[in-house]
Amino acid sequence: MERFVQLVIDGIAIGSIYGALALALVLIFRSTGIVNFSQGEMAMFSTFIAWGLVEGGLPLGVALLLAFVLSFVGGMAVERVLIRPVEGADQLTILIVTLGLFILINSAAGWIWGFENRSFPRALPGGTADVGGIRVAYESLGIVAVLLAVSGLLFLLFQRTKLGLAMRAAAANPASSRLVGISVGRTLMIGWGLAALLGALAGVLVAPQLFLDVNLMGGVLVYSFAAATLGGFDSPKGAIIGGWTIGVAETLAGDYIDFIGSDLTILVPLAIIFVVLLVRPNGLFGSPEVVRA
Amino acid sequence: MLVTVLALVPAACGRDDEGGGGGGGDGAAADPGITDKEIKLGGSYPFSGPASAYGIIGEGAKAHFDFVNEKGGVDGRKISFETLDDGYEPPRALQNARRLIQQEKVFALFNTLGTPNNLAIWDYVNQQKVPHLFVATGASDWGKDIDAHPYTIGWQPNYVTEAKVYADFLKKEKPNAKVAVLYQNDGFGKDLLGGFEDAIGGSGVKVVDKEPYNVTDPTVSAQVGRLARSGADTFLNITTPKFSAQAIATIAKTDWKPLHILNNVGASKTLVLKPVGFENAKGIVSTQYFKDPEDPQWADDAAMKEYRDALKKHSPKSNPDDPFNMYGWTAAQTMVKALEAMEEPTRESLMEAVRNLDLDIGTMLPGNKIQTSPDDGYPIEAMQIMEFDGENWKLQGELIQAEAQ
Amino acid sequence: MTLLTVERDSPQHRRLKLAGFALLALAAVLVPFFFGPFRVSQFTLALIYAIAVLGLNLLVGYSGQISLGHGAFFALGAYTGAILLDKTGVPHLLTIPAAAAVCFLAGLALGLPALRLRGLYLALVTLAIAIATPVLIKRFDGLTGGSQGIAVPQPTAPEALGLANDQFLYFLTLVVAAPVFWLAAGMVRRDVGRALIAMRDDETAAKTMGVHLASFKTRAFGLSAAYAGIAGALFVFANGFVAPESFTLVVSFSFLAAVVVGGLATVAGALFGALFIVFVPVWSSDVNEALSGVIYGATLIVCMYVFRSGIMGLMRSAFARLVEVKGSTTGRIDDEVDKVAVADAGDRAGAGAGSVRP
Repeated sequence: MERFVQLVIDGIAIGSIYGALALALVLIFRSTGIVNFSQGEMAMFSTFIAWGLVEGGLPLGVALLLAFVLSFVGGMAVERVLIRPVEGADQLTILIVTLGLFILINSAAGWIWGFENRSFPRALPGGTADVGGIRVAYESLGIVAVLLAVSGLLFLLFQRTKLGLAMRAAAANPASSRLVGISVGRTLMIGWGLAALLGALAGVLVAPQLFLDVNLMGGVLVYSFAAATLGGFDSPKGAIIGGWTIGVAETLAGDYIDFIGSDLTILVPLAIIFVVLLVRPNGLFGSPEVVRA
Repeated sequence: MLVTVLALVPAACGRDDEGGGGGGGDGAAADPGITDKEIKLGGSYPFSGPASAYGIIGEGAKAHFDFVNEKGGVDGRKISFETLDDGYEPPRALQNARRLIQQEKVFALFNTLGTPNNLAIWDYVNQQKVPHLFVATGASDWGKDIDAHPYTIGWQPNYVTEAKVYADFLKKEKPNAKVAVLYQNDGFGKDLLGGFEDAIGGSGVKVVDKEPYNVTDPTVSAQVGRLARSGADTFLNITTPKFSAQAIATIAKTDWKPLHILNNVGASKTLVLKPVGFENAKGIVSTQYFKDPEDPQWADDAAMKEYRDALKKHSPKSNPDDPFNMYGWTAAQTMVKALEAMEEPTRESLMEAVRNLDLDIGTMLPGNKIQTSPDDGYPIEAMQIMEFDGENWKLQGELIQAEAQ
Repeated sequence: MTLLTVERDSPQHRRLKLAGFALLALAAVLVPFFFGPFRVSQFTLALIYAIAVLGLNLLVGYSGQISLGHGAFFALGAYTGAILLDKTGVPHLLTIPAAAAVCFLAGLALGLPALRLRGLYLALVTLAIAIATPVLIKRFDGLTGGSQGIAVPQPTAPEALGLANDQFLYFLTLVVAAPVFWLAAGMVRRDVGRALIAMRDDETAAKTMGVHLASFKTRAFGLSAAYAGIAGALFVFANGFVAPESFTLVVSFSFLAAVVVGGLATVAGALFGALFIVFVPVWSSDVNEALSGVIYGATLIVCMYVFRSGIMGLMRSAFARLVEVKGSTTGRIDDEVDKVAVADAGDRAGAGAGSVRP
């Protein structure tokens, strides 16, 4: 029993990593209708910027804040310069652009900072709590807390602010939104900026334990996609719960199912995506799609 | 359609004879890739993709060739080392090999990196009778059957040798050790694990749990968690630097305190121990075969100084503390010595030299010679145990010879 | 400035088309005699990839199902071929239909559940499959040789032909590729054409023919997989070696990029896309080794701005300026297909990801 609980705790800890990036994916999807395959790489790049600032002598808090601001601006710039020209195009073209971005950002990071891995300073307290034999790292608890807070803020943004409403409208129906006076271009830029900021947050949260290198987010991406799918691509809290579910499922499966073992854990998100999409395509918390016939 | 084909004409080089090594076999003319002024070498490394950290080896090698060229080259011939990126993908490595041999007409291939990549090209390279030298992988394939692939030779102590060293260490220090193993799910990890399991056969040392991971995984914390619960008292860590760091960090968060054996590839102070914190690395055991740039005992060593100065001059962006640079440097030195021993400017003559080496290279550990013979296809077969004392790696005992065959 | 004006389907028009094909065929046949062995091997690789890309285009461009996992079928075909060559003594050529059959079945198997997944979600599932591919190959190492890979002998040129091995391999590939392309072009005109027009003209009516559409989509999956399988088997001939590392996510990404760069819903576009993914990474590496990924990614992105409908779209409009084809175009399946395919392909491919939400 104790082992099971420990596994669940471990699963939630790793699931928080998936959920963090999933939040950024959900945000970009909710506000722009685009799935951004380069979200993870953008997050990695932002984390490197933060690292560079710390190496340059800035205290961690200042470095993080500055990195967040730069990421926000960067995200807006990417939308304006790179995505805007293909905005009206079909989904596939946009997909290829984000794939191109993936390759570009990954290589650029390698060229600027090299390919070796390095440590990243921890913003959250270190150490482990031991509750009756079950170990939980304080850092993991901290990540969970941050995620919940961010999720709450996103909820407020989308449901209670004009900006959030504008974003949802622009994503759903740009033409009509323009007609009612929403500046779709500006809204999209803000959406990308926020998503980039969330990505940066995810990066600096997970880099201390994953260690920073250009492939920081490469492996996380598919798990985060699975988390977003499970939770519903337009639900921030879905992203987090989805992440936890995947983390726990993966940890349990790795332990209890011999076939999966330690190396086939990638099958877990695959299976989950399949099942979710066949049984309940909108995910646990996503809103149902309405398509006019 | 026609336009596209015509557009590629500028890149055409008319049909040549697919010469390979047939050209200078009689000793009269030189082979392709070597003139009075120049020797052309070719290499394929992963400069991009998940294994891109290994590309640094190429930089260290180039720095050494630049250093040698500055002093006049080998017998008045400057070495030009053409490197291509293969992203650690075997088909690209094969394309690179074809290009280097057929288009760039290199004299020999040097230090191609990666087990699957070299497996992908060695049939072709041997068919072309091009020397395929000092490949950057520790697989045991390269010396097993010299007759099948006479032009191919490895360099570093192979993983089986390394595993034997660990096995012998445990048999002596902890004869009833219960070992938990974390290993990378590819040739490197499986080779080392296999060698270890073979070497401990029949002794009191037992493997009680083994967990693989893929380089595409974000973290190994789950695997390490499982291993921590396996009841083992020894941990064999067969990982590459990023994952080595993750493993050590994860263990530090648990109350598992095993005897920690870390494989040579993951033992870098810069890349692994510093990021996790030296206090978490105290007591870790590993092996070494060349002089670690970060070991203070070599600070005044002449060979080490030469390495640092040259790296600063020819590759200022490189980090001299990164062991991959030292690896490339030392391998390149071996190449240069082989070229110096080559009697005629032909590939056959180069292979002659390569198969009869007996070298003492300054940046290798004292006494660790690089030796080959027509029957011995493993240039380096000795390693020394080292233990991390919280500040530095301390070499222990003597060089251990662990023949691969 | 119009050089020439022809009446559609007039003898002139037909002769023009024939001349075009003849030139293409001539160029293709002359390649191995004008270029060195390395360059020829690159062209051979481009032809092989073109077959795979064509398969993916059938899926993505014509039936609107995004697949990020085409590399998995490619790997399946390659390993089928390699295992057959390694463990049994079958002649090289037989591995091609074997790989095609295995992959066709696998494609059908994936095609069925894929019906329930739209756009983005199918992309994600296929992405996960692509990531799982090298891992699965390693897991079944008894069959696949795991990380050591499988080395097999390459086809050698028969004495009688007097060709070098690389030339022979090129022609072998060409001989397989030509009918494959021909078949695809024919298929596109017939089946796809009707389905597309039906779907475009009256969706509801088309929906009432639901069974037909579903089977069309599933068949598209199977067929596209079969093409990838053929390409995979040829890939083994060209490399003589397969390993899990040969089939990472990069392969799937490259195929998809090739589809879009070459031109969605075009047959000839596959060739251009394949040439792109074979030559541009090498070129970008030559420009600057450290920045090669940056250059490649940037090139991909810029291509999307410039060639909205891919290279084929560009060439068509360029060609249309030179040669004007006059004549009635209503009701002709060929042109309906062209118009509908190019315009709708992308939208349908993305449908489901950005639908209206409340």
